[in-house]
Amino acid sequence: MTTTTGPDADSDLAPDPTAPDPTVPDPYAAGTRDTTEGTVYTVTGGDWDSVLSGAMDEERIVVNMGPQHPSTHGVLRLVMELEGETITAARTVIGYLHTGIEKNLEYRNWVQGVTFVTRMDYLSPIFNETGYSLAVEKLLGIEAPPRAQVIRVLCMELNRISSHLVAFATGGLELGALTAMTNAFREREMILDVLEMITGLRMNHAFVRPGGVAQDLPPGAVEKIRELCDVLPGRLAGIDDLLTGSPIWQARTQQIAHLDVQGCIALGVTGPVLRSAGLAWDLRKTEPYCGYEDYDFEVATHTDADCWGRFLVRKQEMYESIKIVEQALDKLEALKDEPVMVADTKIAWPAQLALGSDGLGQSLDHVKKIMGTSMEALIHHFKLVTEGFRVPAGQVYVAVESPRGELGFHAVSDGGTRPYRVHVRDPSFTNLQATAAMCEGAMLSDAIAAVASIDPVMGGVDR
Amino acid sequence: MSVTPQGPPPAGPTPDGLYETTAPSSTSQRAAEAASAVSSTREQRVGTDMFGATAGGDTSGFGGLVRQELPRASAPRPFGGWFDEAYDVLVEAGLSDVVTRVVVDRGELTLHVDRHRVAELCQHLRDAPDQRYELLLGVSGVDFPGEPERLHVVYHLMSMTFRRRLRLETACSVEDPHVASVTGVYPTADFHERETWDMFGVQFDGHPALTRILMPDDWEGHPQRKDYPLGGVPVEYKGAQIPPPDERRAYA
Repeated sequence: MTTTTGPDADSDLAPDPTAPDPTVPDPYAAGTRDTTEGTVYTVTGGDWDSVLSGAMDEERIVVNMGPQHPSTHGVLRLVMELEGETITAARTVIGYLHTGIEKNLEYRNWVQGVTFVTRMDYLSPIFNETGYSLAVEKLLGIEAPPRAQVIRVLCMELNRISSHLVAFATGGLELGALTAMTNAFREREMILDVLEMITGLRMNHAFVRPGGVAQDLPPGAVEKIRELCDVLPGRLAGIDDLLTGSPIWQARTQQIAHLDVQGCIALGVTGPVLRSAGLAWDLRKTEPYCGYEDYDFEVATHTDADCWGRFLVRKQEMYESIKIVEQALDKLEALKDEPVMVADTKIAWPAQLALGSDGLGQSLDHVKKIMGTSMEALIHHFKLVTEGFRVPAGQVYVAVESPRGELGFHAVSDGGTRPYRVHVRDPSFTNLQATAAMCEGAMLSDAIAAVASIDPVMGGVDR
Repeated sequence: MSVTPQGPPPAGPTPDGLYETTAPSSTSQRAAEAASAVSSTREQRVGTDMFGATAGGDTSGFGGLVRQELPRASAPRPFGGWFDEAYDVLVEAGLSDVVTRVVVDRGELTLHVDRHRVAELCQHLRDAPDQRYELLLGVSGVDFPGEPERLHVVYHLMSMTFRRRLRLETACSVEDPHVASVTGVYPTADFHERETWDMFGVQFDGHPALTRILMPDDWEGHPQRKDYPLGGVPVEYKGAQIPPPDERRAYA
């Protein structure tokens, strides 16, 4: 159609506001400029020899990698000083994803805090929620009912598998194993489907709440999880076959980024990195919470203390998680029809959720009941949701074993309905400090493997 | 601190006072205070006066929360469990004067310590065969604007050998925000102390490179202090504007 009148003709004449202004140079374009520190090269790709031909005679090159680089595992910036291809100094620069979650928590009530913390380490949201809820429960002096504890364990272990799958996927991608990425993300999708069925969301669930969980498992969930448990081992074996036996994968991970137990403890490193050095330190065993003492599972360890060992530890942990999920399902059978929230109506929201045509929301039957028959219940509900419950003054520290290590919550209450202060000890934040110890003296390419083996999630690092 | 609208303020081991200002009383006084306070404290713990209403039926929206300043008191001996033994080891090592107050609350032990001697104490806690706190889990801050030494710094220690957790707490003022760095004892404190500097403005003497870590290098102010605004924007609805979260009506 070739009309020359009407609004279309006008829009042809109007300049596109998103088009780059040709008079302003692109600050991110490749090129060189001279500074007092030496020549600065902006590199956007291409061959190392040709791009840096002018710098190849220099003895010392400082390479700034990230924060927008595909292999730095998120918005992490690595600053590395090189001699040839050997790293002589490595520093991490973080803060690019800082969103002030801890500050924001102080302006919402205790229950709303769950919605914030779930967004920190976005690959393990259930752990954030559970750790936070356990801290609030400890401040309140209450304990979630057994069925809620089992559902928490079930969701956490499913989440652990999905998180480790992303560790393989992104780690594989960064080291060139593209099929590991596609396969691991495919398997993760199955787990996210299950979590979506249980919680209503694929990520950022806000499902675990102080006092229990938001709602019971929906009909058909147990069968679907059992199905998943039957399928997963075969799929994990597929990824295992793809990576474990691959000579390239072995060459890129074995004897790379060594960090022994002393190094780990001095740097506060926990989780798979510590266990890969040989110390079977797992809070699920050493300080059981949510009833982990009643589950039969092994703590995976390795003695190589390198990227290879961390890979194997994560792989083994996924199989152990499937074992725990199966046991949790058996426990759920025994706890049928038990509550999933504390009975105290001063803590538990009277909400009854139901799946409507527009998604998960307040049950219409429940709304009808409280609106029609009980004004007091309506007022109470309103007060509990808008004002929240009061938490006795004091401070606690509660930790859970997240896929990346000890995830600790230091919660301080002043007796009010909002947290006075919540500090999160995120394992990624602490473990990232090991980057320098792992990288210095190694090759530039090994830095990528080292960071991938730490598996930091920048949402958790920067909070 | 207390949440009661009426009645005497509780003292003693629970709850750990947040707005305490007065000096420590003698040991015998402390014990007596604590004993008399325990029962009333426990009553407030359970949710009897849910929305701050003591007579029931208050649905006005404001519970009338009164924050009261409590006498600063140490927990009475015995502390219970392994706490006594751990404290005795400190006394034997000649470090009892570093500890200004012992708080036992919700099964957790908190030692309030001299801010200039934190590193010395940590060295002992890490190396003494009876202590063995190998792992420092983190350093963080809490701001109490009502106190003269308003910036509190909290350390979470873990003994992997004995499977014990210990919290150290120290405090400094905004005018003199200096605390000894523990990076020499626990290298992991590096990032954590930088974060506490960034967020609260506490200067850790002896830290190798105390720079901002989460906020940009040229940022002004320390965002986690209580007098630092949230910086929210009003939320607009059709025909109404809701103020940002930090300016909304607060219930408590």
